[in-house]
Amino acid sequence: MSFLSLTEQDREQMLETIGIDSINELLEQIPERVRLGRALDLEPALSEPELVAHLTELAARNVDTGREVSFLGAGIYDHYVPAVVDAVLARGEFLTAYTPYQPEMSQGVLQAIFEYQTAICELTGMDVSNASGYDGTTVAADACYLAKQATGRSKVVLTEALNPQVRQVVKTYAPGFGLDVVEVPHRGGTTDPNELRTAAGEAACVIFQQPNFFGCLEPAPELAAAVNDAGALAVAHVDPVSLGMLEAPGAYGCALAIGEGQSAGNYQSYGGPHYGFLAARSEFIRRMPGRISGETVDSEGKRGFVLTLQTREQHIRREKATSNITTNQTLLALAGLVHLSWLGPQGLRELGETCLALSRYAKERLSDAGLELVFPDKTTFKEFAVRVGRPAKDAISDARAAGIHPGYALGRDYSGLDDALLVALTEKRTIAEVDHLVEVLAA
Amino acid sequence: MKLVYEKSKPGRRASSLPRPELPPAEVPEELRRASPPRLPELSEPELVRHFTALADRTFGVDTGFYPLGSCTMKHNPRVNERVVSLPGFRDLHPLQEEDASQGALELMWRLQEILAEIVGLPAVSLQPAAGSQGELTGLLLMRAYFADRGEGDQRCEIVIPDTAHGTNPASVTMAGYELVGVKTDPRGNVDLDDLRGKVGPQTAGLMLTNPSTLGLFDEGIEEITRIFHEAGALMYYDGANLNAICGIARPGDFGFDIVHFNLHKTFSQPHGGGGPGGGPIAVRERLEPYLPVPAVVREGETFRLDYERPKTIGKVRGFCGPFGVFVRSYAYIRSYGPALREMSEIAVLNANYLLARLKDAYEAPFDRLCMHEFVLSGRRLKREHGITTLDVAKRLMDYGFHPPTIYFPLIVPEALMIEPTETEAKETLDAFADAMLEIAREAADQPEVLKEAPHVRPVKRLDEIRAVKQPVVRYGFDEHDDPQGAGEARQLEAQKGA
Repeated sequence: MSFLSLTEQDREQMLETIGIDSINELLEQIPERVRLGRALDLEPALSEPELVAHLTELAARNVDTGREVSFLGAGIYDHYVPAVVDAVLARGEFLTAYTPYQPEMSQGVLQAIFEYQTAICELTGMDVSNASGYDGTTVAADACYLAKQATGRSKVVLTEALNPQVRQVVKTYAPGFGLDVVEVPHRGGTTDPNELRTAAGEAACVIFQQPNFFGCLEPAPELAAAVNDAGALAVAHVDPVSLGMLEAPGAYGCALAIGEGQSAGNYQSYGGPHYGFLAARSEFIRRMPGRISGETVDSEGKRGFVLTLQTREQHIRREKATSNITTNQTLLALAGLVHLSWLGPQGLRELGETCLALSRYAKERLSDAGLELVFPDKTTFKEFAVRVGRPAKDAISDARAAGIHPGYALGRDYSGLDDALLVALTEKRTIAEVDHLVEVLAA
Repeated sequence: MKLVYEKSKPGRRASSLPRPELPPAEVPEELRRASPPRLPELSEPELVRHFTALADRTFGVDTGFYPLGSCTMKHNPRVNERVVSLPGFRDLHPLQEEDASQGALELMWRLQEILAEIVGLPAVSLQPAAGSQGELTGLLLMRAYFADRGEGDQRCEIVIPDTAHGTNPASVTMAGYELVGVKTDPRGNVDLDDLRGKVGPQTAGLMLTNPSTLGLFDEGIEEITRIFHEAGALMYYDGANLNAICGIARPGDFGFDIVHFNLHKTFSQPHGGGGPGGGPIAVRERLEPYLPVPAVVREGETFRLDYERPKTIGKVRGFCGPFGVFVRSYAYIRSYGPALREMSEIAVLNANYLLARLKDAYEAPFDRLCMHEFVLSGRRLKREHGITTLDVAKRLMDYGFHPPTIYFPLIVPEALMIEPTETEAKETLDAFADAMLEIAREAADQPEVLKEAPHVRPVKRLDEIRAVKQPVVRYGFDEHDDPQGAGEARQLEAQKGA
């Protein structure tokens, strides 16, 4: 392989400088009984062309959204990623840098993180954002941990209309965090504020999703008010590309806003790597998990950026840290910043309008064709649930034979919805593709 | 340099988007956004120039030598970027049906098999997103395992040596365990006498990095294993330093029950200025039932996702984990095959060569060979010339090198932790060693040059205390104070004072 740079002569000179005869002498530091006395049982090395051929063959056995018109969403979406995102991420300085521990070496990435934090604060109406979390599920667990420390309460409330994977991740961490998790059922596709108020009593936080997992718009200001009434922290799990049209969580009283960033700037990539975002009101700044870039000046008074408030973090605070997070998703968050900068406020607004208009058109056409919407009286954004009159998995098989993936089978997560599909519309879908979907599902 | 928001001008934009001919759609008024988010308004040419300027002010492995200890900043092969961009990987939805994602499932299955062979443990979950998430996952597996055996309340302590990364104690707290610290002995190994008194029926497990953050392979590892296993406790291997031992020794063979990998260190996922990473874990048979779901399994010639694991701890991240990271690391390992051993051997050779060149000018706290990294102490420079390790680090920037990890591990005063990795040429190592030796001379001859370093970066030394005391963590638009102005005002005051 060609990733090593030492020649035979180099090796000999280096061994001589060290004062030993062979590399094996270096390995004698490891007690002999625990050394592996054989070669690793791995397939032989591949040359670069062979490697590309092998991976191309594996990739060809996947049906990507370029080969099948996709209405699949449920948390990951086929939004357009602009070329400028690829161009920026291909810069080796961004791609191959480590976490900016030495700020004078890393002003570019620190400024980019600061700009990303600003974009997330603008979208969510919050005062502070971290540099990113792993994804839209783990930031929910982070929010619960923060809320427990901030309130001294151990109950967390999740709405049933919150993405099932997000709920599952919170429940996985709950025993370690010392949390009791309570779920509040949806009523006809959205959450009832009165029911939520009752459940939120003595809770550290309540997480609801806007738009929720079914694509329905929750009465978010009423939910936040109900949570605040109960003295718990209101946490909104939001889709960044909806926030050109929908009100910012900070404007209706949420303490934290979190979400999956993939919609803004990341390819689907079979589920990752993507980025999660976590933003909060200023009173929680010293309880935030993860990296934060802050503005300062250098010894000559010139503006610069550093990782700041590091006494929250594991490498300083160790067992008393606000989180164990170290590696985050900076490169994916940078993609988000570039995409949001490419869109600008007007582009973000148009993107939302297109998703909304296309999904409304699809709902109308499907209803006209005799299919029943699961939550007909609810307003939706880019995604909605529809009954297909037979097991959803059969409808998926038939549609795929016609070159369309019609959506996600909701029965995988919710009882009574075995005949329902969750259909997602992005700006990449066209009227003709929607017409084709209707034709295929109504057949 | 201006922020992207400071370059913004109303009415400019870079994006063009499809506008299907449909009736205008609006959301209900009570949910509607009152004022638009102040995202940047730039044309594409300006956008490209802005981010190019930011890239120019960032230093990566592509730029130069990056010997950041414990971070394994090796070359990131470009072929990995090519294959990860294949549409069959890049544009694949994670909820695509299994028959339409066989290539992705096979790749993950193959990577699991490879990782299992490398560490000598049979069962792998790729799901954790980073090393520290692997740690937390491993500790949650311990909780589930002991709870299942009825020992959940009894076993509440995790033992960690004082050389551990901060993530270990932080993960212990998040997993609901109590931390028990253990000392390091004068040779740099875990102090076995201290350890024996701290392990018992209350112990759930050990978390150990081996080689340690001192770059030393623990010579007492067999005894450590015996102590924990006799106490009925589990052994967790922090894989941060796995780059030292691939194909040479396997944690599973020397007693560890759970291992996490750092795919962004050992297996060359580019670190992206802070992430993404990948933190798969491998475990012994008895812990397999508790691994996260879904498991990627093979049945004959097909692959599928198995959710039917009644004892699973659940999910630690969405879907199957950071798939793009798996593609790159799989490609990387396939480029080496069994010669992964050579990767680790050269990593160890490069580190020992640098140690040999530097140990007279800087103090080596342990008189031993090292593994893939080593720690020096700058205490002599501090004592004799008042030059701190921070000064040395900042001065290295002027020579075109990224500084090593500094002030860690905590048990070595004025620590410099140096990890060259296997991909560097001898010329690069020599240039770095020459610079370090020159800096040691400068400390004696012209210490003020070091104290004011760096001299050639876009900014001089930054005021980190100001950033903490008056946190500015987002741009404030019209209300944003101009820190440059503030700086100039302060300088004027200082001049007046003088």
